[in-house]
Amino acid sequence: MSFYPFVVAAVLFIAGLYGVVTSRNYVHLAVCLTVMQSSTYITLLSIGYVHHGTAPIFKSPLRTPRVDPIVQSLTLTDVVVSVVVLALILALAIQTHRRAGTVDPDQMTEMHG
Amino acid sequence: MTAGAPGTAVPIRRRDDHRAGPDDRPRQSTGGRQLRVAVFGAAAVVLGGFLLWALTGLPSFGDFHGEYGRLLNRVGVAQRRASNVVGAIVFDYRGFDTLGEEFILFSSVMGVAFILRGSLRIKDQSPLDPGGNDSLRVVGTLGAPVVLLLGLWLAAYGYVTPGGGFQGGVAVASAGALLWVSTTYRDYHRLTPPRLFDAIEGFGASAYVLIGLVGLGLSGAYLANFLPLGTPGTLASAGSIGLLNWAAALEVGAANFLLFREFFQEYIQTFPGVEQE
Repeated sequence: MSFYPFVVAAVLFIAGLYGVVTSRNYVHLAVCLTVMQSSTYITLLSIGYVHHGTAPIFKSPLRTPRVDPIVQSLTLTDVVVSVVVLALILALAIQTHRRAGTVDPDQMTEMHG
Repeated sequence: MTAGAPGTAVPIRRRDDHRAGPDDRPRQSTGGRQLRVAVFGAAAVVLGGFLLWALTGLPSFGDFHGEYGRLLNRVGVAQRRASNVVGAIVFDYRGFDTLGEEFILFSSVMGVAFILRGSLRIKDQSPLDPGGNDSLRVVGTLGAPVVLLLGLWLAAYGYVTPGGGFQGGVAVASAGALLWVSTTYRDYHRLTPPRLFDAIEGFGASAYVLIGLVGLGLSGAYLANFLPLGTPGTLASAGSIGLLNWAAALEVGAANFLLFREFFQEYIQTFPGVEQE
């Protein structure tokens, strides 16, 4: 059972990647990419977990084990990057729909100067 | 046939001769898709092998002994007087990274605005402004102030309890989204003047930089603490971490609000009913 969270992360990553590869819609692609990125949150947070550890929030000196705070702050960065990427992809999808009339990458075979 | 068959479509056909014709384009694309999935399948086997290898090399769940994290858990509260060690890491130990993170967000707002701005001139239809129906209006008007308060609360105590400028900022921005749901775009525009939010975003981002510079001037290092540390667990604690936290809250809140706003504006202009109007 000690590897279970990593399996969840791996499954999310592969599922998201499969979605990105077979995507027929840029919005769908953005969602798949978000699924892929959520696997990184799970990886980071589960790496930082310590047996019977609680949140690294306390006033007095430590007596009980606490989970790793570094990976939590890295996850925060990860989430911000994910939001930014999502916003840019969705904006590009809108603009693509305006210019090409479709958000299916396969339909956009021709280039317009 | 070659002797100039009078047809207007001739030049177009000729140009398409060496490319995929319009009618066989779908067939070609499904072929490309099958090839792509096949290549992905082969690559996925290799990737899966590496992934499995990497996963077996990870410390077993719960057995991680990262020295850096353990050290900060031990000394963080005593050094920075911030009861939320994650907050202390985000705004102090790794404060410089957070500066970069803020500017990632800042530049993405500009990027989205640039990408979407060009399109506004393409369609010169009068935007349809449907507004919400009654149930949406009830949920929105009841929800927006609650979410706004929740966001401000999350942001205010970021270095004391779970939360912080980033989380609180996003919650504040989603209050703006609820406001949009509950009213017409015209009222939304009037209630939330974009210039104000541009100013707040700029102020938040520059405040973070300036607080860092004040630390450089008074304490000898960029982003170093220059305020009395106070007692952990109270609002008056953690020195300049509090200021940085609130600056980040302003920046993140306004940036996310402006991101949402760009998309709302876009939605209003491309609403399915626009053409009928």
